[in-house]
Amino acid sequence: MKCFFIVLLLFKGLSASGKVFHVGAQHPYKTIKSALAVTNEGDTVYIHKGLYKEGNIIVQKAITIIGIDRPILDGDKKYEVLSIKSSYVTIKGLRVQHSGYASLDDPGGIKVYEATKVTIIDNELFDNFFGIYIQFSTNCLIKNNSIIAFGKEEQTIGNGVHCWKSDSLQIIGNNINGCRDGVYFEFVNNSVIWRNIVTDNIRYGLHFMNSNNDSYFTNIFSRNGAGVAVMFSKKITMMNNTFNENWGDAAYGLLFKEISDCHLSGNHFNKNTAAIFMDGSNRTIVENNVFSNNGWGLKIQANCMDNIIQKNNFIKNTFDVSTNGTLLLNIFSQNYWDKYSGYDLNKDKIGDVPYRPLSLYSVIVESNPTAMILFRSFFVSLLDQSEKKIPSLTPENFIDNKPLMSALRL
Amino acid sequence: MGRIFKYVMLDILKNKFVIAYMVMMSLVAWSAFTLEDNSAKGMLTLLNLILLTVPLVSVLFSAIYIYNSSEFIELLVSHPIKRSKIWLSLYWGLCGSLVTAFIIGAGIPLLLFAEFTISLLMLVVGILITVIFVSLALLSTIIYRDKAKGIGLTILIWIYFALLFDGLLLFLMFQFADYPIEKPMVLMTALSPLDLSRILLLLQLDSTAIMGYTGAIFRNFFGNTVGMSISFTLLILWSTIPFLVSLKKFKKKDL
Amino acid sequence: MITVENIKKKFGKLVVLNGIDLTLKKGECIALIGPNGCGKTTLMKIILGMVMADSGSILVNNESITKSELYKQHIGYMPQIGRYPQNMTIGQIIDMVKGIRNEKKPLDEELYKAYELDKLLDKKMSTLSGGTMQKVSAVLSFLFNPSILILDEPTAGLDPIAAEILKQKIIKEKGNGKLIIITSHLLSELDDMVSEIIFMQEGNIIFHRAVTALKESTQTAKISSAILQILKNK
Repeated sequence: MKCFFIVLLLFKGLSASGKVFHVGAQHPYKTIKSALAVTNEGDTVYIHKGLYKEGNIIVQKAITIIGIDRPILDGDKKYEVLSIKSSYVTIKGLRVQHSGYASLDDPGGIKVYEATKVTIIDNELFDNFFGIYIQFSTNCLIKNNSIIAFGKEEQTIGNGVHCWKSDSLQIIGNNINGCRDGVYFEFVNNSVIWRNIVTDNIRYGLHFMNSNNDSYFTNIFSRNGAGVAVMFSKKITMMNNTFNENWGDAAYGLLFKEISDCHLSGNHFNKNTAAIFMDGSNRTIVENNVFSNNGWGLKIQANCMDNIIQKNNFIKNTFDVSTNGTLLLNIFSQNYWDKYSGYDLNKDKIGDVPYRPLSLYSVIVESNPTAMILFRSFFVSLLDQSEKKIPSLTPENFIDNKPLMSALRL
Repeated sequence: MGRIFKYVMLDILKNKFVIAYMVMMSLVAWSAFTLEDNSAKGMLTLLNLILLTVPLVSVLFSAIYIYNSSEFIELLVSHPIKRSKIWLSLYWGLCGSLVTAFIIGAGIPLLLFAEFTISLLMLVVGILITVIFVSLALLSTIIYRDKAKGIGLTILIWIYFALLFDGLLLFLMFQFADYPIEKPMVLMTALSPLDLSRILLLLQLDSTAIMGYTGAIFRNFFGNTVGMSISFTLLILWSTIPFLVSLKKFKKKDL
Repeated sequence: MITVENIKKKFGKLVVLNGIDLTLKKGECIALIGPNGCGKTTLMKIILGMVMADSGSILVNNESITKSELYKQHIGYMPQIGRYPQNMTIGQIIDMVKGIRNEKKPLDEELYKAYELDKLLDKKMSTLSGGTMQKVSAVLSFLFNPSILILDEPTAGLDPIAAEILKQKIIKEKGNGKLIIITSHLLSELDDMVSEIIFMQEGNIIFHRAVTALKESTQTAKISSAILQILKNK
């Protein structure tokens, strides 16, 4: 008897597809809800082209829903469109639009409640409050979706992909545009974010809160309020990402706040107001990154300790680094600074004269922001030149003892 | 009057120093735009040119020219022509020729390589700075009859606006660091034509974001049409008031 | 033609002219002489409107010179040192002055032709010798046929031939009934031309006499010796 059940389960597992239901104007089921009502675990529902305004659609069984010719599920700006309350659900090929807005229960285009192994793939999420919302879930895959919203201010728009108290998520290859945060992680551990293009979001492209052991690779963050904000988190790995044109008052490429033991490597920062703003960041390694054409390369607050900044290229930034403190407890080593004018007599490709990347003017501006009105004045350049020759006001230990003579190939 | 202006202008345009000035600016501007891979860097080079070289050359050359022309001015006064016309002709002659040199030297590469609106603004600001410093030079030559003293004064004027005034601003900023001084500081910049021009141009060069809160105040003040008109009015005042004072004194001056 | 009444001028504390009164009539050729710093240049400059008098009045053809600058169309002035903008040509200078004067009257081109300036019209001022520059100044002062000529050291720097041409011109214009005022240190040159002498010292006019009367009273044949004698007797 036991054997029979096992065989039955195996059979069911292998065949997986189970029954097939078609929804559409010319098909047996006219509404999605009517089809969902008769499905069982393992069934597949095909939704054909059309506009479906069915209020809140709840998926409570482990089924696969596939859109054919991109059917549109519309929440009429009142309802959460698709609620997934079962594990092993796959959603594919839908266009989900106009979810309810700004109510207390955070309506989303697609919301996953306490589930595991949910796959959301190849969907368009258009003008929803939250795009994809995942809570208390594990091992979910969010892949190749396009999430577009039209947020004007932070209060009236949700996040593109919002993940809360979850684990082992994979967010891959999505396009996210115009949301509050492109991707939001709070209490999300052991997850990976890969190859997403996150642009023009109001607040952050990617936002970590109290999330540990996550990584993000090869993403592009352009023109967001700030590219990525990593806050109150540990052991985040950040590699090969591009941070572009996060430009504006108080805009950053990457913002660190109260983080530790992170690793930042191989990223490109171009045309950001400040490429990296480090506040209370400890034991983080910043290496092999390129900082180019930024207002500030690195802003390191005095409460940062034991960070290692090595083998980066600093090219054409207005200020390479700045700090608000007098003591520096971080290590700079073997970076390439385009403003370095030393020489290399022994030809080991390391400059013989240490380099002080902190300009006097950046120190002045840090303590008295109004001094910015002297930006690019002759007076300031004279001031910086004289400080370079005879350092007196900038922190003594803010120094790269092994500045590179030529840029690294990064 | 037209003829004096014409011949003074032709005379200055043939001056070796002015030709050197034109060639130098041309070289700097062309190399800034062609050697740098993006035009933004070239714009910054030109900004420095406009804020340092143009005022220095304008003020110094004009003063020297006026001192060297003292006998010529006497000769003109002996003819039946109003003194104000003579002084105006010299002013326009100096402005016309130095502005021409500026446009040929810096204007052409600017218009060729940079975005049209920004380069036009830069050109206008450069012209205004030229005129302002010619006007200040004329005032200096009226204040001091002695050539050495007068030229000393023009150099002092240049150092003051290019350097000392900014030092003074920085000093005040630190003295009053505990107060909300951003707005008073914005007003203070109106007291220096070079600061005013620099900020006007920086606002267009998209650097305001890194200027933070101060930049935002500037943009609110200077960024709109009203602010722009106010700042251009100020620059025009800077270019006319010293000249008008010098004109008033020239009418009564013993040559 | 020119009436000077009680003209006073101070430069700072230094009194340069201490109440000068003069009446100058047409047909006279007057030499204004005196030691350096006697105030003769200042007086001339006041008449030309280059220096403003502190008090007193000057009438040219019965018109006060402070009212309008138009009286200057009756005056031709030749400066002691003519310096012109370096890169202007002689032709441009002459053209410019013609433009300023803008007179309909026929021009007096006698000196212009005598000095053969038409061959030098394209020369830049910076390339000219001092003498040529003086020729330009002389030509300009006579060109518009003015009824008053004020000549500051007219022959200084001119070569003897050019100086002689100028002297003949001055004598000729005197004969045409013009008022000519000359300052000069070269007293010997003045003999043939001058009809009256004004001697100034420390801002005062020491004497103002006709040359014939001067020579008679001192029993001398030359102006220079006559003046020396007067100064000795003082």
